[in-house]
Amino acid sequence: MSDDNKTIEMEVLRYRPEQDREPFFQTYEVPFEDDWSVLQGLQYIKDDLDSSLSFRWSCRMAICGSCGMMIDGVPKLGCRTFLRNYHSGKLRVEALEHFPIERDLVIVVDDFMEKLARIKPYLIPKQVRKLEQGEYLQTPGQLEQYRQFSTCINCMLCYAACPQYGLNSGFTGPGILALMHRYNADSRDGGRDQRMELGHSDEGVWGCAAVAYCSEVCPKEVDPANAINQNKMGSAIDYFLRFVRPRGATG
Amino acid sequence: MEVFKSDVAVVGAGGTGLRAAIAVAEADPSLTVALISKVYPMRSHTVAAEGGAAGVVRDDDSLDYHFNDTVAGGDWLCDQNVVEYFVARCAASLTQLEHWGCPWSRKPDGHINVRAFGGMKVERTWFAADRSGFHMLHTLFQTSLKYPSIRRFDEYFCTDLVVEDGRCQGVVAIEVATGKFTFIQAKAVILGTGGAGRVYRENTNGGIVTGDGMAMAYRQGAPLRDMEFMQFHPTCMPGTGLLFTEACRGEGGFLLNKDGYRFLQDYGLGPAEEQPRNKFMELGPRDRLSQAIWHEERKGRTISTPYGEAVHLDLRHLGRKKLHERLPLICELAEEYMGIDPAKECIPVRPGIHYTMGGIYANLETETPLPGLYAAGECASNGIHGANRLGSNSLVDIIVFGELAGEQAAQYVRTVQNSNPESLEKLASDAEQRAVAVVSRTDGKEKHSVLRREMSQSMESGCGIYRTATEMQATCDKLAELRERYRKLNVEDKSSIWNSDWLGALEVGYLLEVAEAVAHSALNRRESRGAHQRLDGYEQRDDVNYLKHTLAYHVPEGTPRIEYQDVIITRSRPGTRAYGAAGEAEEAQRRQERASV
Repeated sequence: MSDDNKTIEMEVLRYRPEQDREPFFQTYEVPFEDDWSVLQGLQYIKDDLDSSLSFRWSCRMAICGSCGMMIDGVPKLGCRTFLRNYHSGKLRVEALEHFPIERDLVIVVDDFMEKLARIKPYLIPKQVRKLEQGEYLQTPGQLEQYRQFSTCINCMLCYAACPQYGLNSGFTGPGILALMHRYNADSRDGGRDQRMELGHSDEGVWGCAAVAYCSEVCPKEVDPANAINQNKMGSAIDYFLRFVRPRGATG
Repeated sequence: MEVFKSDVAVVGAGGTGLRAAIAVAEADPSLTVALISKVYPMRSHTVAAEGGAAGVVRDDDSLDYHFNDTVAGGDWLCDQNVVEYFVARCAASLTQLEHWGCPWSRKPDGHINVRAFGGMKVERTWFAADRSGFHMLHTLFQTSLKYPSIRRFDEYFCTDLVVEDGRCQGVVAIEVATGKFTFIQAKAVILGTGGAGRVYRENTNGGIVTGDGMAMAYRQGAPLRDMEFMQFHPTCMPGTGLLFTEACRGEGGFLLNKDGYRFLQDYGLGPAEEQPRNKFMELGPRDRLSQAIWHEERKGRTISTPYGEAVHLDLRHLGRKKLHERLPLICELAEEYMGIDPAKECIPVRPGIHYTMGGIYANLETETPLPGLYAAGECASNGIHGANRLGSNSLVDIIVFGELAGEQAAQYVRTVQNSNPESLEKLASDAEQRAVAVVSRTDGKEKHSVLRREMSQSMESGCGIYRTATEMQATCDKLAELRERYRKLNVEDKSSIWNSDWLGALEVGYLLEVAEAVAHSALNRRESRGAHQRLDGYEQRDDVNYLKHTLAYHVPEGTPRIEYQDVIITRSRPGTRAYGAAGEAEEAQRRQERASV
C-alpha cells in the first residue's frame, strides 16, 4: 500500500532431490507492499524470479491449511504472516520441521494422513437415527463442548512445534488427538471406547510431554494441548474404572 | 504407464466429489471408487465457503418459496424441473450431514438454527458459524474414511479424459510427487472439479480453482453452458479479493457509500429500515448489489483505496459479542489482513469474482451429453442457478447433486463394460504425450505466469459487471492471441518431482479455454439478464430471443461455436424481477393473477 518501493530479502530453503545433494538456502530480493503476506512474496518469486520454486498454497485466507512453513524458525501459515513484520531485515522460510522434505517447501504428509484415518474421525452414533427422524438435538452448550476442537484446519503447524513428534514419529500428535477429542466430546457420539484403544497408549495421549507449544502456534485456537489433557484425565479415569467394573459394561 | 482399474472415477475431492464417492460406496460397496484430486481433500475450495447452505425448515417457509426465490433470483434462466428436484431435497441432504457430525449452529432448544441470506424470502440458511464450507468439507472427508471401497489418489493432477467408443472410460493423471502418469480406467467418470474464478484477477477463489474439469470435458466435445454468467460478490477485500460473507448482511450489516448513506435504496431495493428485512436492501441478490456499487463509483460516491474504489461494510452495530459468535472468520480476516476491528470501524469492500454459474451442461440426472461422464457442483451447469445464483444455494447444490451423481453412476456402471484395454491404454498414452509436450519443448519463450496475468486483466476489463460489444470483442481477440502464444510456452523447470511450474502451465491451458467460452458466450448474448449486463443498446432482458441457455462448443483450431437451448419452464412464467417494496408489489400481483386463473 505504500509507494516507497520497499524490498525484503527472503532466504528460502531449496531442495530438489533430482539435482541437489542436500538442502541449501537461496536468497531472493522481493519488492513488497505493506499488506503482502509471506505467501504473496513466494508467489512473486515463483511468477517473476524463479519458476522452479515449489510450495503448496490455495485459499490465501488461513482456512485450507496448505501453506504451513517455518518462518524465521517458527511454524506459521504463509498466507497469514506479513512481510512488513520482518522488514527491515532478512526473512528465512523453510519447510515444516519434523517432516521429510519432498521438494523445497513441500513436505511429505503421508504419516499425518495415515494417522488421521486411524483414529476413526467420524461420528459413531450413540443411537442410530433415520433421516426421516430429522436432526439429532444438540444444544448450543453441548456444541460448545467440542466446537473449538472441530476447527482444526490440518495445517500441521502443531506437529512442527511438537518436540515429542520430532523425537518419535510414532506419536499420534497434537492435531489428530484434538480431532479424536472432538468426536469423543460430541453429545451425538458413542465411539469413545473404540477410539481410546489407541488414545490410551503411548502413541496416544500418554505420548505427550505437556510442552504445549502446539497450542501456541495453532492459528485457529484449537488448543490441542487442552484436548490431550482432557483425554489424559479421561484415560486415567478409564484405567481406574477397569478395576471396579468389567470392560464393556455400561455405567 | 501405471493402470488402475476402477468402476467409478471421481475427479475432485471437494464437497461434490466426496459426496459422490460416498454415494457410490453406499449404493454398492463392491464397486471400486477412485477419488482423484490435485490437492489433499481438505484443501479443496469448498473449505472457503462461509455463509451457509439453504434448506427449508421453518413452519412459515415452503418449498414453493425456495423455488420462486431461486427461479426469480436466476432471472428465469433456471431449468425449473431441476429446481423442483433440488429444493425438495435440500433439507434432507443437510440433515444427512448433521447425522455425519457436521457442527451446524443450533437454537437453544437443540434444533438447527437458520439465518437470513440475500434474495431468500424466509430464513433458511443452515450455518456453522461462518465456516460452513469448512465444516461440511471436513465432515465429508472424515466420513469418507469409513468406506474401504473409496481409493484416494491425493495430489494426482488430471490431464485428460479417456473417451473411446463414444463413452468416457477413465482419466489420465500425473502423480504430483513423482511426475509419473497413471491411467485410471473407469466405467463412469464424475467431475466435481469446481469453478473457474481464476480466469479473473480479483477473485475470492483459491489458487486451485482453474476450471480443469470444465476444460477437460469441453475439449472432449461436451458443451459449456451459460458461461457468460460469472458472479461478482459485492463484498470482497480490495486487492486480494478475499470474501466477506453475505452472512455479514444476513446478520444485519449495512452497506454505506462514502457519505455514510445506505445507497442501495437508490437502486430499487428500498426502503431502508433499521432491521434487516428479507429481499430488501442489503438482503438483495448479489448481481443487483454489485451493479449498484458500480453505479456509485460512476457517481463519485465511493471510497478510494490503493486497490480501487470501495464501499463500506458496516458491522459496528452488531456488537463484539455477536460478531465473534456468528462471524469469527470475518473478524479474523478484518483484523489480521486489514488491521480493522469490525466492532469499531467499517470494512472497505468491493465486488470480486466469486462463482461460475455456468459449467459443463448436465441434465437433471447429472448426465453430460458424453455418455459415461457425469458432472455436479460448480463445474456443472444443471440449471439451478440460472443467470444469478442466490447465496447459500451452492453449498447445498454440491451435496444434493453430488449424491445424485454417485447414485446415477453406480447404476450406469452395471450396464456397461470397458472397451478393450489396449485401445484405452493407447489413448491414455497419447494423453501423456500431450501433457509431456508442454514441459519438454525447448524452443518456446513465453512464460505461463505472464499469459495468466494478461488473461485475467483482459477478462476483468472486457467481461466485468457491465459489458459492451467493443470491450468483449477486445477480450476475445486478446484470448485468441494468448492461445496462440500458449503454443510457444517455455516451462523452465524440467524436473519430475513436484514440478509446479509444469502443472501451472497446464492450468493456464485450462483457464484460457474456459475464458474463451466465457467471453464468446458473453459477446453473443445481446440482452441484459442477471449477471450479464450490457451498456450498448441491449440494456433490457429479451425473452423473445434470449430466454435460452448458451451452449459453447470447443473448436480445436478456432473460436468456440455458440448454440442455444430452450430453458425448461414448468410453473413460473418469466416475470418482472424486483426486490424491496417493488418486489412485494410484484409478488402480490402474481398471487392475484394466479388466484383469478
